[in-house]
Amino acid sequence: MSLASPAVVGLDAPAPVGFAEKIWRINWGLALVLTAIAGIGVVALYSAAGGRFDPWAARHAVRYGVAFGIMLVVALMHPKVWLALAWPIYIASLLLLVAVDVVGKTGMGAQRWLMIGPMQIQPSEITKVAVILVLARYYHGLSREQAARFLYVLPPLAVILAPVGLVMVQPDLGTAMMVLLGGGALLFVAGVRLWMFLGAAIAAVGCLPLAWSFMHEYQRKRVLTFLDPDRDPLGAGYHITQSKIAIGSGGAFGKGFLKGTQSSLNFLPEKQTDFIFTTFVEEWGMAGAFILLGLFALVLVWGFSIALRSQHHFGRLVALGVTAMMFLYVFINTAMVMGLLPVVGVPLPLVSNGGTAMVSVMFACGLLMGVSVYRDAQLPRKR
Amino acid sequence: MMRYRKGDGERSSLFTRRALLLGGAQGVLLAALAGRLYQLQVIETQRFATLAEENRINLRLLPPSRGLIFDRTGQPLAINRNNFRAMATSDRGRGVEVLVERLDQVFNLGEAEKNRLLRELRRSRNAQPVVVRENLGWEEVARVEFNAPDLPGVFIDLGQTRDYPEGELVSHIIGYTGRVADEDLAGRDDPVLQLATLRFGKKGVERSLEDELRGRAGAVQVEVNSVGRVVRELDRTEGQPGSNALLTIDLDLQRFATERMKEQQSGSVVVLDVVTGDVLAMVSTPGFDPNTFARGITQSEWRELLDSPERPLNNKAINGVYPPGSTYKMVTALAALESKAIDPWTRLPCNGFIELGNIKFHCWLKGGHGSTNVSEAIAQSCDCFFYEAARRAGIDRVSDVGGRLGFGRQSELGLPGESAGIQPSRAWKQEKLGKPWQHGDTFNLGIGQGYMNATPLQLAIMTARIANGGYEVQPNLLLASATPREELAPPPPRDKPTAPSLRFNPQNLAIIREGMFNVVNAGFGTANALRLDSQGKVIDPAFRFAGKTGTAQVKRITDRERDMGITQAQLPWHLRHHALFVCFGPADNPRYACAVIVEHGMAGGATAGPIGRDVLVETMKRDPSRHTDRYRKMASR
Repeated sequence: MSLASPAVVGLDAPAPVGFAEKIWRINWGLALVLTAIAGIGVVALYSAAGGRFDPWAARHAVRYGVAFGIMLVVALMHPKVWLALAWPIYIASLLLLVAVDVVGKTGMGAQRWLMIGPMQIQPSEITKVAVILVLARYYHGLSREQAARFLYVLPPLAVILAPVGLVMVQPDLGTAMMVLLGGGALLFVAGVRLWMFLGAAIAAVGCLPLAWSFMHEYQRKRVLTFLDPDRDPLGAGYHITQSKIAIGSGGAFGKGFLKGTQSSLNFLPEKQTDFIFTTFVEEWGMAGAFILLGLFALVLVWGFSIALRSQHHFGRLVALGVTAMMFLYVFINTAMVMGLLPVVGVPLPLVSNGGTAMVSVMFACGLLMGVSVYRDAQLPRKR
Repeated sequence: MMRYRKGDGERSSLFTRRALLLGGAQGVLLAALAGRLYQLQVIETQRFATLAEENRINLRLLPPSRGLIFDRTGQPLAINRNNFRAMATSDRGRGVEVLVERLDQVFNLGEAEKNRLLRELRRSRNAQPVVVRENLGWEEVARVEFNAPDLPGVFIDLGQTRDYPEGELVSHIIGYTGRVADEDLAGRDDPVLQLATLRFGKKGVERSLEDELRGRAGAVQVEVNSVGRVVRELDRTEGQPGSNALLTIDLDLQRFATERMKEQQSGSVVVLDVVTGDVLAMVSTPGFDPNTFARGITQSEWRELLDSPERPLNNKAINGVYPPGSTYKMVTALAALESKAIDPWTRLPCNGFIELGNIKFHCWLKGGHGSTNVSEAIAQSCDCFFYEAARRAGIDRVSDVGGRLGFGRQSELGLPGESAGIQPSRAWKQEKLGKPWQHGDTFNLGIGQGYMNATPLQLAIMTARIANGGYEVQPNLLLASATPREELAPPPPRDKPTAPSLRFNPQNLAIIREGMFNVVNAGFGTANALRLDSQGKVIDPAFRFAGKTGTAQVKRITDRERDMGITQAQLPWHLRHHALFVCFGPADNPRYACAVIVEHGMAGGATAGPIGRDVLVETMKRDPSRHTDRYRKMASR
């Protein structure tokens, strides 16, 4: 603890890590788990299409291959690159969000898509990663005392609320919820005082009526339906009722591969995206569900252990942010299809059909692995 | 720990603590998910398995019963009647051709009906039943039950159909209902609209109050076998019946006006309360029987209604447009007075015509009226006075005042199919005809001819706004609505208009009302015969009223015809002038306004006038302030 001057960079720094060593340090076990999850995605999408690789399963596999490459490249980049790129990525994602609000494509009553050439991208997925990077970078530069002070919590609050505001306009309640909760988790581990969370919670409850007045008719309906699914059994409550029937009728060991009646008879809405968990669980039962959730739990455990082993604060925060994001994806999606949360439109990572979400999740996993690869890198607090 | 920067140790230990806390919380939540899965897939799996089995579980909507419609005194105008109907379900479109063939043998459906059934059975979602035939007699019900083994998925259902006890009398106001059409679904995502038995408002109040009258669907969860027969009911949520409506129409007055109109081939009467805007009567003759629509109209009945020259399906009160003729002279007079182009004492000459360039604009009185002021000009309907008044006021003022009195725009009545009419202006002519406004156009507009077009409702609105002292009163058909019928009660009466003021000088309006009073009550008035009732007795002073006649040209009178002295009665019916009359009363404290149009009725004073007089006097006699007992009866019903 005697090395006070920021100019002196670790006298006992380890020898630079060679390329082979970096490759070795990549968390191949984690990569295997992710591949297993994506494999389940291929199986479920194959079944959702009625036993065909078209239109979803084949593309899902190809996408995963590409995204896997992206993950490896990201994992091998030095954290200082991300430290430098955090703000540019964040600003770019905000600009994309604004672009969506202005010219975006409308899907399911909300503007979420942006066409760039032949590609359809969903900027809200990029935002989730960008917020993690910026918050990690910000708290990396603060001491514990500073992090605990009230004034220092205002910038990260702005960082979180700006994209939340923009996605609420689209309106995309799911992303808003994820950015809010994920950002909150980062603030929590970064050392923001507990009373501030309490205050924020009280303020949030106070703002509920305001939020209600800004919601779209279909969103209000979803919330009301969630509170009382029998209110409108053939309308908005239909999806949740049918999803619960599908999951419940799957039983302990499922109806068997390609034998799910609920999804094959089109009782399930959006069965290839938000309700893919239902499709899978109807056919594979509680056993399948536990395996899938177990794989996700493994990812979370790995994430936490990477976070705890990182020698620099930036890495710790990035790893934890990515882990929190993964958790929120999985929890919100599965709780929603089981009728524990309102239908808000959050995909199941690596399983749901959808390109941008796949790439951004794998990008995030790349960041996580990067933290592991460069766990003992020297990162000055200020430059 | 030498590698750590200062303070990082503290940061790190706090991070570790909180990260572990967070991890713990996530673990708990994941465990909750596992618990939920256990609950759904192990504990309740039997229930859900039943629900999912072969998609045999069906949620069926229970149609809400449609809201009833009453007149202001509580007499029923639209009610519901029990209806036995044959319904059919299909197992995801399988075997529908065979089924339809068999149904054809039972009901003798015909090609068109067979095609409709095939289409509906194929597209029916989640095996929702479709209607085969409605209003079955006892014998037909028996035939379906007898053939049940050959008709899988066919069953008899007790539903409701609409019944209009007054039939033709209020046909245009109430309208009728029909099957939900694709365009009806736009902007409405109420699942009840998917229901084959549901009827949707197509015309009149049934249409304008559709979303209130419809109510909310209930649902019944039933277990059905593979051909759609209900095995048992699992769960039932009752819907909410539609809201009942109390209309402003006074059925007895409506009946009186319709009777009075019967001696004419075709026309329209509108009666308004000038204070509240309540439409007390709205007649358009001839009408049609809306029950034929409720029953299911045949092709030939429909053709007959469409092809009739008297257009029985059209509500002429809101969608027939006519040149207002002399009834528009109040607008011209008000525009001239308001713009101070003339004052109440200005006298203008009339010697039978006025010349503009080489065109002659004639007055209806061949020798002319001599010199008159504005009040006398209204009373005698002097055309020359209004040519000159319009010229002095200018087109912009006249069309502005016309617009403020309600011309050229839809009212807030809310009935579908209301025409906006035409209030010509410079901008209107430039846009529609691409030509600049001419002086001659102003002359024509001054006497309500030329491009000017108005509906009977607009004439009544104009009269009401003059009569009530210049308040922008809007016509209104709905007095009250409530879901439980007991709560259906008229609002407390009002004596002062709540509508915004049109900011006319009250003295100018008084001059115009004086002119209209003299039309009927002065010796020189154009309709002074109307000061006597149909028996030739002088009308009770309490019911004295003011009015204005009008005659709208259908065909231009050529100079040759003028010289030959051809009378209107010699022309074929469809070329004769329309007869118009607007009036309000009581003259000293106006409360009601009435507009009458008799299509091709030739002269306003002679044909439309007596109808207007009788209807208006009857309205005044029926004034609720004189008949509070009727309302008391209503409240206790």
